[in-house]
Amino acid sequence: MTGLRIFSARSLKHSFRDGESLLMAVLLPLMLMLIFTFIFGESIAAGQGGDRSDYLAYVLPAIALTAAGFGASYTAVVVSNDMTTGFMNRLRTMPFPAVTVLLGHTVSSMVRNLLATAVVVGVAFALGFRTDASVGQFLGAVGLISLWILVITVVFAVLGMIAGSAEAASGYGFILLFLPYMSSGFAPVETMPGWLRGFAGHQPMTPIIDSSRALLNGQTPGSEWWIGILWCVGFIAVAVWLAAVIFPKKVAR
Amino acid sequence: MLYADKPLVEISGLSKSYGKHHVLNDLSLTIQPGIHALLGPNGAGKTTLVNILSTLIPYDSGTVRVLGLDPQHQRSQLQGLISLTGQYAAVDGRLTGMENMLMMGQLFGLSRRDTKRRADDLLERFELTAASGKRVVTYSGGMRRKLDIAASLIAGPQLIFLDEPTTGLDTRSRQALWDEISVLAEAGTSIFLTTQYLEEADVLAERIMVLHGGRIVADGTASELKDRVGGSTIQVHDGAGHIIETLPTQGSAQEVAHALSALAQERPDVGITVRRPTLDEVFLELTGEPVTDQNDKQKENAPA
Repeated sequence: MTGLRIFSARSLKHSFRDGESLLMAVLLPLMLMLIFTFIFGESIAAGQGGDRSDYLAYVLPAIALTAAGFGASYTAVVVSNDMTTGFMNRLRTMPFPAVTVLLGHTVSSMVRNLLATAVVVGVAFALGFRTDASVGQFLGAVGLISLWILVITVVFAVLGMIAGSAEAASGYGFILLFLPYMSSGFAPVETMPGWLRGFAGHQPMTPIIDSSRALLNGQTPGSEWWIGILWCVGFIAVAVWLAAVIFPKKVAR
Repeated sequence: MLYADKPLVEISGLSKSYGKHHVLNDLSLTIQPGIHALLGPNGAGKTTLVNILSTLIPYDSGTVRVLGLDPQHQRSQLQGLISLTGQYAAVDGRLTGMENMLMMGQLFGLSRRDTKRRADDLLERFELTAASGKRVVTYSGGMRRKLDIAASLIAGPQLIFLDEPTTGLDTRSRQALWDEISVLAEAGTSIFLTTQYLEEADVLAERIMVLHGGRIVADGTASELKDRVGGSTIQVHDGAGHIIETLPTQGSAQEVAHALSALAQERPDVGITVRRPTLDEVFLELTGEPVTDQNDKQKENAPA
C-alpha cells in the first residue's frame, strides 16, 4: 500500500513536470472538440437532420475517449522506460512487489486522463452543450469512460512491458488510437459501407460510446452497456494475466 | 550483527544456463565479510552471478547462501539486508536527488523522519548536498553514479552489490568513486563488486576472484594471485633503461643483495629492478584472454 502511494506520487510528479506532455493532454481534446464541432459538425449533422449542437452532443463521448487513448499511450512510454533501465532491477531486489510501480503508473494515468475528460466536458459546455442528465446518469457516463481509460491504460502498460524501447512502445499503440474513428463515435454505423459496419458495430468502443452518450444526454442506455462492460473486464483480465506472466521474466540484463 | 557468524556468500555447485548457453558452470565459492572483487572479461557471467546473489534471477542448480539466506527461497528476508547497484544507474532522472533518496528510504519502510536524516547524511558524504534539489537528468555521469550508490545505502544494507560501478566514468570520477567505496568498506559494509578493470580490483578489493568459463579459476589477494602465476624477476637494465637481463627470484634480500654485488663488480653502470607480474599478466595466464582495454569499454558505453 505504501508502495502504491509512493509510486503514484512519483508517476504524477513525472506527469506534471513533463510540461509538454501535459500541454498535449489538454490541447488535444480541445482541438478535437473544435475541429469536430466547427469543421465537420454542421455537414455530418445535416445528413442526420440535425445541427451543430446536436452533433456536439453526439460526438462528446468519442472525443473524451479519443483524448484518453492518446493520454494513456503515454503509459507505454513510462513503463518501457522503467523496464529498460536499472531502476526496475533495483526495485526487484527490494523487499516489496516491484509490480507496484506499474500500478502507480496506472493510477497516474487515470488522474491525467480524467483531467483531460474534464477539459472535454468543460469545453463542450462552453460551446453550448446542455443536458438534462441527472447526477446519477452523469456519473454513470463518467464511470463508463473511466473504465475504458483503465482498459487503454493497462493495454498500453503491457505494450510498454513487451516493447524493446519507449519509442517502439508508443509506436505499437498508434493503431489503438484509430479505434474510436471506426466506431459509432463520430458517425452512425449505419452510414458506413457494409464491410466496415460489421467491425464498427461490434468493436468494444461502440457499446461504451453509445451508452455513455445516452447517459450524458439524459437518456436510458439500451442493453448494450453491459456488453461494453464485459469487453472492458475481458481486456483488463487478459492484460493483467499477460503482465503477471511477462513481468517476472523481464529482468534487464 | 545478526549474520556476523555466517559467511558473506557461500556457493557450491552453482549452475545457470540461458537455453543452451551455460553461463555459470558448477561454481563454488565461500567469502567472508569484507570487500571482494569479481574479475572477468565481458560475457564471463559476472552480472549473472550478481543477479542471482541479489535475488533478481533464479538459479538452475547448486546451493547458494547470501548472509546465510537462500536468495531464491528466502528472497524477502534477504532483500531487507542487501542492495544492488547495477550497470545502469537506477535513479529516476525526473526526480531530484533528494526525492530519489526519500523514495528509496520509504520503500524500504523507513519513517519519513529517519529517511530524511539518512538522506541528508548520505548526500553530504557523497558531496551531493548542493545538487540535491536539482533533477537527476541534469547530473553528470559521475554524480549519477554517486547518487545511485547513496540511494542503495539508504536502508543501511549489510552487503552491497556493485556491478561495474565505474564503467563509463572518466578517470577523475572513477578515482573519486574508489575513495567513496573504500570509506564504505571501512564503515563496515561488505561489498561485492564486479569489474573488468584490474586496477580497480587491485586498488579496492581485499580479495579478488577471477571468473572464467563459468567458474572461479583463481581467488585470493592481489599479491597471492601474482605469486600463483610466477615469482618475481630481477631485471637488469642499462643506463638507457633497456632490459639486458632478467633473473628469476623469490625477492628475498639475500638473493637481491647477491645479484647486486655481482653486478656492481661486473657492470657498475647498470640499474636493477625487482619486478612482480602485473595483474594483467596474471589474468592472461589464468584465462588465456587479455583484459578489455579501458578505453574500448568506454567507447562501447558511450551513447550512440
